Amino acid sequence: MAKTKVLERKPLTFAEKTFIPQIIGGLKTTFGTMLKKGVTLQYPEERPVIPNNYRGVPTLVKDPNGREKCVSCQLCEFVCPPKAIRITPGEIDAEAEPDRAHVEKAPKEFDINMLRCIYCGLCQEVCPEEAIFLQDIFSLSGYSREEMVNNKAKLYELGGTLPDKHLKWDKKKAAESAGNAH
Amino acid sequence: MATTKEITIGDVNARASELETELQGETMALNVGPSHPTTHGVLRLMMELDGDVVKKCEPVLGYLHRGDEKIAENMTYNQFVPYTDRLDYLAPLANNVAYAMAVEKLAALEVPERCQSIRVLCCELARISSHLLGVGVYGMDAGAWTVFMFTFTEREKLYTLFEELTGARFTTSYTRIGGVARDIPEGWLGRVLEFCKGVLPVLDQVDKLLTRNRIFMDRTVGVGAISKEDAIAYGITGPNLRACGVDLDLRKDKPYLGYEKYDFDVPIGTNGDCYDRYLMRAEEIRQSVRIVRQCIDQFPEGAYYAEDAKKIFAPNKAKVLTSMEELIQNFMIVTEGPQVPAGEVYFEAENPKGALGFFVVSKGGGVPYRLKIRGPSFCNLSILDKLIPGHYLTDITVILGSLDFVMGECDR
Repeated sequence: MAKTKVLERKPLTFAEKTFIPQIIGGLKTTFGTMLKKGVTLQYPEERPVIPNNYRGVPTLVKDPNGREKCVSCQLCEFVCPPKAIRITPGEIDAEAEPDRAHVEKAPKEFDINMLRCIYCGLCQEVCPEEAIFLQDIFSLSGYSREEMVNNKAKLYELGGTLPDKHLKWDKKKAAESAGNAH
Repeated sequence: MATTKEITIGDVNARASELETELQGETMALNVGPSHPTTHGVLRLMMELDGDVVKKCEPVLGYLHRGDEKIAENMTYNQFVPYTDRLDYLAPLANNVAYAMAVEKLAALEVPERCQSIRVLCCELARISSHLLGVGVYGMDAGAWTVFMFTFTEREKLYTLFEELTGARFTTSYTRIGGVARDIPEGWLGRVLEFCKGVLPVLDQVDKLLTRNRIFMDRTVGVGAISKEDAIAYGITGPNLRACGVDLDLRKDKPYLGYEKYDFDVPIGTNGDCYDRYLMRAEEIRQSVRIVRQCIDQFPEGAYYAEDAKKIFAPNKAKVLTSMEELIQNFMIVTEGPQVPAGEVYFEAENPKGALGFFVVSKGGGVPYRLKIRGPSFCNLSILDKLIPGHYLTDITVILGSLDFVMGECDR
């Protein structure tokens, strides 16, 4: 059975009924706090420290060689609970990247509606290419609804380049030149 | 010449009752809410007042109804986790844990010890943050601003910890079926202990300002008293029930997450009035701090998710990127959802506001057939039409504040 602890209730003493101890105690608190350092963050001037792995605005990233990481598998579009992501798959330009074209896809369009996004981070979690990241931007605003839809160019601009441990295309090339492509 | 004239008085009692309404004056209808600072959300109270005394009170709910239960039927189990944040939005971590536990119970899945400890920490920190707000806002309802400022500062520190752990301050979405979204960051446990050290002096300070304060006591002692029998009859749970003197705490009575390992007391009240409910929350914070400390003392090593549940918890990211098998598995779990057998299960957890229950009906696969949520605030509010009549209008603020409900979970 539960181990209980009965809450104590004592009637007020005569001194306490006169309000005086409470007033003195209250004033002590007031003056004590006045001497302490403030805890308020003066927001627009001072910015909070954003921890690693913070879930801010979702962005798309490129690998250090400037290649798009997203292969338009649409898994993030599928998992997104509020359906904020809209992807139109497209082909990779064969002239710009001949080794990657016809092997992988890339998104033709990639829209994230920031009015719908709930910053849950499921897209980042499920992405099999580590292409979408929720980075440290936490406040955004716009004048119209259209402005709040981040398109592909905006997403890559916000995302920038993140270090990549895998560099699968470089590995593939190395493997090919070593003679064991598959 | 004197004549006698016969007059009939009739039934005296009937006449008196006919005149009674006239004698007592008019009653006034008063509508509080749905958007009113007293109601802490979108609760609407339709009241009938006789002078300053409330004669009748009818709570009107549903202004925050979003259809969460129906939404759940149209998405996989993991996709619903962010929606559980928005039930009791003052303790999202505790909701996440309760939901994950319910689905895991259906899947008969046992999470590793480290995961359990992380979840206990989450639950207790969520409880502390919810009660800090509960006590602070309650003080404000009764006219004591300072307490609110103190407890909010502490809650802010907690939110910084949550931010570090989950990536978000408020909408944590931390658990997944079969584990948690990510392991605890380095040095985080130390910072939690530091917080625990800081919160107790603040509680003592609050104690000094409120507990023996005559103004506060005059406003709360004997106000809004709920009897033991009523509390049980109306299905009240959580601190509000324990304040009435019933020692029901699911952490003790139906231990989950290894709560039986931790040594803590269940505080119970004696009168069930507003003052008891305040004392209750303050004491529960202290008990939660005790649990947090014990939990960190014996924090186990190991995995933070059930590694053997290959069809439930998505594989490790590094493996998804390099191995075909895991990549397919990742796609399967995301698109089809965690594979849970057919059946029905009910699980309730002791949340800061009371017993949050999930009833999951599954026909197999990764999507629930039906998900019923038992919101403790909803049941706690059911007593309003019995509790409020007979009190002064000014007491309503105090009573509502002391019940510490959240409309997000009440309306779902």
